[in-house]
Amino acid sequence: MHRRGVGAGAIAKKKLAEAKYKERGNVLAEDQIVQMSKQIEAFKSHLEEFASKHKQEIRKNSQFRVQFQEMCATIGVDPLASGKGFWSEMLGVGDFYYELGVQIIEVCLALKHRNGGLITLDELHQRVLKGRGKYAQDVSQDDLVRAIKKLKAMGNGFGMIPVGDSYLVQSVPAELNMDHTVVLQLAEKKGYVTVSEIKDNLKWERERSCQVLDHLLKEGLAWLDSQAPGEPQYWLPALFSELSSRDVTPEEANQMTP
Amino acid sequence: MDRFAWTNGLLEMDETLVVQQRSVKLYDGDDKAKLDVGIALLTTHRLIWRDLKNHECCIGLSLSQIIYFEEQAAGIGKSAKIVIHLYPVTSNKEPGPYQQSKFPFIKLSFKEHGQIEFFRRLTEEMTRKRWENTVPQAVSTATGSQQTGKTRAVGIVGIERKIEQKRKETDKNISEAFEDLSQLMVKAKEMVELSRSIANKIKDRQGNITEDETVRFKSYLLSMGIANPVTRETHGSGTHYHMQLAKQLGDMLLAPLEERGGMMALTEVYCLVNRARGMELLSPEDLVNACKVFESMKLPLRLRVFDSGVMVVQLQSHNEEEMIASALDSVTDKGSLTAAEFGKLLGLSVLLSRERLLLAEKMGHLCRDDSVEGLRFYPNLF
Repeated sequence: MHRRGVGAGAIAKKKLAEAKYKERGNVLAEDQIVQMSKQIEAFKSHLEEFASKHKQEIRKNSQFRVQFQEMCATIGVDPLASGKGFWSEMLGVGDFYYELGVQIIEVCLALKHRNGGLITLDELHQRVLKGRGKYAQDVSQDDLVRAIKKLKAMGNGFGMIPVGDSYLVQSVPAELNMDHTVVLQLAEKKGYVTVSEIKDNLKWERERSCQVLDHLLKEGLAWLDSQAPGEPQYWLPALFSELSSRDVTPEEANQMTP
Repeated sequence: MDRFAWTNGLLEMDETLVVQQRSVKLYDGDDKAKLDVGIALLTTHRLIWRDLKNHECCIGLSLSQIIYFEEQAAGIGKSAKIVIHLYPVTSNKEPGPYQQSKFPFIKLSFKEHGQIEFFRRLTEEMTRKRWENTVPQAVSTATGSQQTGKTRAVGIVGIERKIEQKRKETDKNISEAFEDLSQLMVKAKEMVELSRSIANKIKDRQGNITEDETVRFKSYLLSMGIANPVTRETHGSGTHYHMQLAKQLGDMLLAPLEERGGMMALTEVYCLVNRARGMELLSPEDLVNACKVFESMKLPLRLRVFDSGVMVVQLQSHNEEEMIASALDSVTDKGSLTAAEFGKLLGLSVLLSRERLLLAEKMGHLCRDDSVEGLRFYPNLF
């Protein structure tokens, strides 16, 4: 008898709670999940309709892609989070960026022996386009930036450093703090920098300047020209323009002393 | 730009229009030409450019004047361009917009894309050299072909009308696309808000959510690309999709891992897997989330994160002590080693060989000599 009372009481309590929630306009979570599953189905068909009309637009029009990405970001949706997501499956945005990711990794890997894992966004863009061939889908620098942002999830030190009016793309886990970054920015104009230039422009003491330059040398990001007239020059291969450099093979690179 | 001559833009007898592109700006060498944005037209015989606003401003040059041409990729704030190198001016050249130029080349700047197609057609025409098939005629001048002028005019006006139509349609399509996109986003936003509300309730333990419902909810988040507002992960681990993926990876990576000494950087895995798939590629997050469940699925692989932040997949059978012992052996044998030298010895990437040496150092077996010439490891005699 007691038991039944308890049982009935528990049920009654739950019903009361439900009623209270509904009264206050607070729907229960499990009801909301049911609601969500219905909305997901509806959304899926909306997206299908959108895709059937505009899928090509996204593929061909890089401006449209930018708009699309920005809108997604505003509402809190990441269309590139998963290849299994609706956006990827139905709009095909995923494959475009994930493949770009592969191409970026491969270019960075191929040039690492020369530039230490640092490359200008311009050079990366040109080389990726070249690798994709004449008839492939045109790719903008914005596309590259978004693909690189996704690559960060794989922990290999992919990052972007603002330099001049563009970026340097880092593809190795070398630690670069503010000091290193600022020196890179200083070197951007000529492709090299000297201790005096750092002292004059940044007002640092000699020791701090040397420390930063030594670190860049160690990480293979800078090469030392000790025969330069005046004082030694620290050159950044990443900043060499295509026109004035010759491709160096890994074997040749190993024989060069930093 | 001094190779261009004024023309009325009418096509010759055997000349056909191949492709045209609006919003093209001309460059005299590296300098912007003193002309507005216009339409570039490629025919079987010539390259013609016409000012959009002032149709009478129309110039052309023969394709036979082109030595070679190349693409110049777009940059930040810069449109894609085609650079065209030209033969020197001939003495009998008709008057044009420029008397002289210090540059032997011009550029076409594509403000609204179209460079890929234009370049392709230009390549084709320069290969086929169809202008050589006809009896050479003087490049259309202001005085020439007045009798046939009327029929020619109708022809080109008809073409222009079609193109204007197409352009209006494209513009309409693009604005329609943006409108549809906005509407879609409104609906997506509703989903985001709903999911946030649910997630909060789960966190606060309001209501009775079953295990099943939680899994379903997570898969909805994954489909929509919504980050779990509580944990900040785009909820991936724990979904069936990632467990399936983990299984596939388990099969696919065994052989490559063996070949590479039991360890591969995650970026390497990403490239390997996606190149093999060809389509329906994995996102970086998919890969990471799948690797995270290796252990719970009792697969013989592990995801490992080094202190430096480098992420690798390694075989479970990968025996740490053995690796460290063999690293110590190699270093002792050679006296000292850098990561590059060690990598060459074992056929490992520099990245991974460096991690192995760092690990041995952490365990106290090696010590480092850090100089500008690089990082070198020695047996630890302390």
